[in-house]
Amino acid sequence: MAAQQPTLPLNGLAQDPTVHYRGDHLLVAEMVERGSKVLDVGCGEGDLLQLLETRGIDGRGIELSREGVNHCVAKGLAVVQGDADADLVNYPDDAFDYVILSQTLQATRQPRVVLENLLRIGHRAIVSFPNFGFWKMRLQLLIGGHMPRTENLPATWYDTANIHFCTIKDFVELCDEINVKMERAVALDLHGRPLRVNLPWWFWNLFGEQGVFLLTRAGNGR
Amino acid sequence: MPSEESRATMTDTRSIAGPAIQAEDRAQEADHPSSLVAKFGVDQPLQLDCGIDLSPFQIAYQTYGQLNAKRSNAILVLHALTGDQHVANIHPVTGKPGWWETMIGPGRPLDTDRYFIICSNVIGGCMGSTGPASINPATGKLWGLDFPIITIPDMVRAQTMLIDRLGIETLFCVVGGSMGGMQALQWTAAYPSRVFSALAVACSTRHSAQNIAFHELGRQAVMADPDWHHGRYFEQGTHPHRGLGVARMAAHITYLSDAALHRKFGRRMQDRDLPTFSFDADFQVESYLRHQGSSFVERFDANSYLYLTRAMDYFDIAADHDGVLARAFRGIQTRFCVVSFTSDWLFPTPESRALVHALNASSARVSFAEIETDRGHDAFLLDVPEFFDISRAFLQSAAAARGLTKTGA
Repeated sequence: MAAQQPTLPLNGLAQDPTVHYRGDHLLVAEMVERGSKVLDVGCGEGDLLQLLETRGIDGRGIELSREGVNHCVAKGLAVVQGDADADLVNYPDDAFDYVILSQTLQATRQPRVVLENLLRIGHRAIVSFPNFGFWKMRLQLLIGGHMPRTENLPATWYDTANIHFCTIKDFVELCDEINVKMERAVALDLHGRPLRVNLPWWFWNLFGEQGVFLLTRAGNGR
Repeated sequence: MPSEESRATMTDTRSIAGPAIQAEDRAQEADHPSSLVAKFGVDQPLQLDCGIDLSPFQIAYQTYGQLNAKRSNAILVLHALTGDQHVANIHPVTGKPGWWETMIGPGRPLDTDRYFIICSNVIGGCMGSTGPASINPATGKLWGLDFPIITIPDMVRAQTMLIDRLGIETLFCVVGGSMGGMQALQWTAAYPSRVFSALAVACSTRHSAQNIAFHELGRQAVMADPDWHHGRYFEQGTHPHRGLGVARMAAHITYLSDAALHRKFGRRMQDRDLPTFSFDADFQVESYLRHQGSSFVERFDANSYLYLTRAMDYFDIAADHDGVLARAFRGIQTRFCVVSFTSDWLFPTPESRALVHALNASSARVSFAEIETDRGHDAFLLDVPEFFDISRAFLQSAAAARGLTKTGA
């Protein structure tokens, strides 16, 4: 893996003072080309889909919770109830330009299969997840001796939906193993702000609270 | 049909009350409906799946709102098994409000200030569309069981002829629940380019074995009634109201849920404190069911019930596409909204989910919501605000994509 990452301009959307979007959503939206067709897996209440619609993107969503789905559908969004483990298999190859898995990978039963499905259905995948290698996590385990909890991951070990935590380093290794190419990679700090670019991976793995990756199939020339 | 008040009083507690004077009104409606009628002559036969060309025939329908200049704002509402074209007006036989007035009207989800709403009686429906209670022009007598077997695709084929007659090329939306949902799905599978969007509620792409079984129970109840006379009861001056009433009672149970029945009636007694140690309707739930049965037979033709239940039984979209449901929707551009209800055991959520999976496999644009309620299958006809919100938003989103303005222009 290259130790240096390309820059990612956060102009345009991020400068709109009237609407407050989540930092990682803005980042994802910047990664998606206008006019493309997108599937958001684990779309929650549809905030990202709405953001994408403002950019003329044809967005669809899958959401596990019934409340979330009905919220989305009541906003006029094309969202269906389902989950990443069970329902991605129903989608045909190359159905979307992008498939987004935002803060959900760690809650899937088979992250590797899910990741492979994302890149089967979509030409590109955008995956974000909390980095378990974040220094605060490490410190809680090392010094506190208990399972880490953060502002963004407040659940205790016994009631968390997150069953497959990984670090940025782990994820990069998985991508290598299943022949997935990283087109862009960004680490965000606790406040959802991108870390300075041109930093080595070990630094991101230690100081990135979450990672956002734009992925494509290796060797398909895209 | 919507559940009626639970405290229905019964004059005859031992059996189902006979039909009231409305029988004549119903017979009148079969050929001369109190609504608009589109008549199709011998030059325009309806080609039925059973191989017979039905002609002449007629379709009774109602409209609400205004068709815009581009003819792009028409919504076709498809009625369920025991519904009819009187979706948003007083019913000419029962005197009751339309069966979906909660959904249709100014400012309602199917906004008549914005959309042009059409609702037609299905072929075989006997509220003015040709069916077994109509006069067979070849014999001058009522069709009865000589009427050919009809299917859901036949109903939809007849609707396409009505839409042609109205000069509408593409419907903005097809909307229906239960058997109406089946028709909506048949529209999208058979005429995808003529349907911009589809709202399919509490339905399925095929009738399940359990549902066929319930329908068979109902049909056998009708046919076991000596007043049925092999379908020629009208010539005997009778109507198999007991058999049809039992059919309705059994069907009505499937429209509700255990929880809803328990909530509404529990084990409470009807106008008494102690059991009578007889077969009177001691329990409120019995009285309620008997009322459902007796009020239904006043407004519905028994033979029509046989034909329409049969049409639902035969419905299986995948069967027409090598058994692969997704093939029915390949490349479809129609926008879908699929809605199910948690306590619906007639068309349970997995049926809707199978449809959604097939639509996903076709990369169709689909919204799918399961609404939590204990009111069973009937929920789609009742006051369920979450369902209204979803329907409204889906139509508004589709209207924006269709380029319809707020006033439907």
